[in-house]
Amino acid sequence: MTVLLFTLIVLIGAFLAGLLGSLTGLGGGVIIIPLLTLGLGVDIHYAIGASIISVIATSSGSAAAYVKEGITNVRIGMFLEIATTISAIVGVVIATAIKADYIIVIFGVILLFSAFMMLKKKVDHSNNEQTSILANYFKLNGSYPTEGGLKQYAVHHVVGGFAMMFVAGTLSGLLGIGSGALKVIGMDNIMKIPFKVSTTTSNFMIGVTAAASALVYLHKGQIDPVIAMPVTLGVICGATIGAKILIRTKTDKLKIVFAVVVTFLALQMIYKGLTGNA
Amino acid sequence: MSKEIKHYLGDKDVQVILGTLLRVGVIVSTSIVLIGGIIFMSSHTQAVVSFEHFKPEEAKFSSIADILFGVRSFDGLAIIQFGVLLLIFTPIARVVFSIFSFLMEKDYMYVLIGLIVLCVIIASLYLDVTH
Repeated sequence: MTVLLFTLIVLIGAFLAGLLGSLTGLGGGVIIIPLLTLGLGVDIHYAIGASIISVIATSSGSAAAYVKEGITNVRIGMFLEIATTISAIVGVVIATAIKADYIIVIFGVILLFSAFMMLKKKVDHSNNEQTSILANYFKLNGSYPTEGGLKQYAVHHVVGGFAMMFVAGTLSGLLGIGSGALKVIGMDNIMKIPFKVSTTTSNFMIGVTAAASALVYLHKGQIDPVIAMPVTLGVICGATIGAKILIRTKTDKLKIVFAVVVTFLALQMIYKGLTGNA
Repeated sequence: MSKEIKHYLGDKDVQVILGTLLRVGVIVSTSIVLIGGIIFMSSHTQAVVSFEHFKPEEAKFSSIADILFGVRSFDGLAIIQFGVLLLIFTPIARVVFSIFSFLMEKDYMYVLIGLIVLCVIIASLYLDVTH
């Protein structure tokens, strides 16, 4: 394939990945990897390197848009980043040690799980019962502005949340994805952080975690500039436009269609990994 | 209550600066990737590429030193990689910025936590996990 054709295909694909990723909240990485591996026959190592770059691009791009609301809890983010950055590097080390086929299968399973989580109705578990000793010690409890003034919230199950972030970080480093779905479980369900805070805070963490593993991937030679160029440009354009459409459109139907597509891609990845066609 | 509001406003200022930092980081790094892409494409459109097999030994710009060296000789691929590097550093800058804001708040526990995170990221720069 010539450079021109390859660049054009990846550019269009990355644009759609960024657009759909920001409209559905699934992120860009989960589409970039199947596009490159299934669609263009790119080795999974290069696909992961390109994906981690797209994760950073979407995270920083949407963080800039979120900032106006000013509700990121930097303390929660920074505290949990100890877990996500260390485990991201553990994930990259695991990726070096195991067969590429296994990585492809694990990716497929996580993709299925992400599609399921995207459709599942989110329930806000937040309250202000400041019972956790660790949350008090680490000053994790906070408040965010609402129309009726500042609303206080308490953080729960710090150890459980920290452990969940360790899993999320490992998968992020192993697969080159943001692990948004797992971070949601950790923050919304286990730590009971309100949506308004968890969405932006997990986005902050995704960028920092991806940066840690991206540097290792760069050294391993997995970030190829010929792939990184169209991926970066396409994803950023797509995500920016997606964020603008999102403000005035309902995405419920799109999410269902997208979940079907993602499930199909996930099964294909699992099949590819199991049959050893990697 | 008044103390909380003041605290919130302080956070808000920090957030606005952070937002600008992130936006500038993304715009600058994307522009550099685009410039590198144009330079590379201007002479390589018909070259044939294949990424079917992972060949780490052929990776030309896989360290910061190599990238900076390539940028000086105006190599398109090195310039793309430099833009990618800046993109990677954008969230890291956010960590550094947060550490400073904790320092201004005299919250030394979080200065320490921020430094731990930063150390892990810096350690990843020196981690050798090649095959």
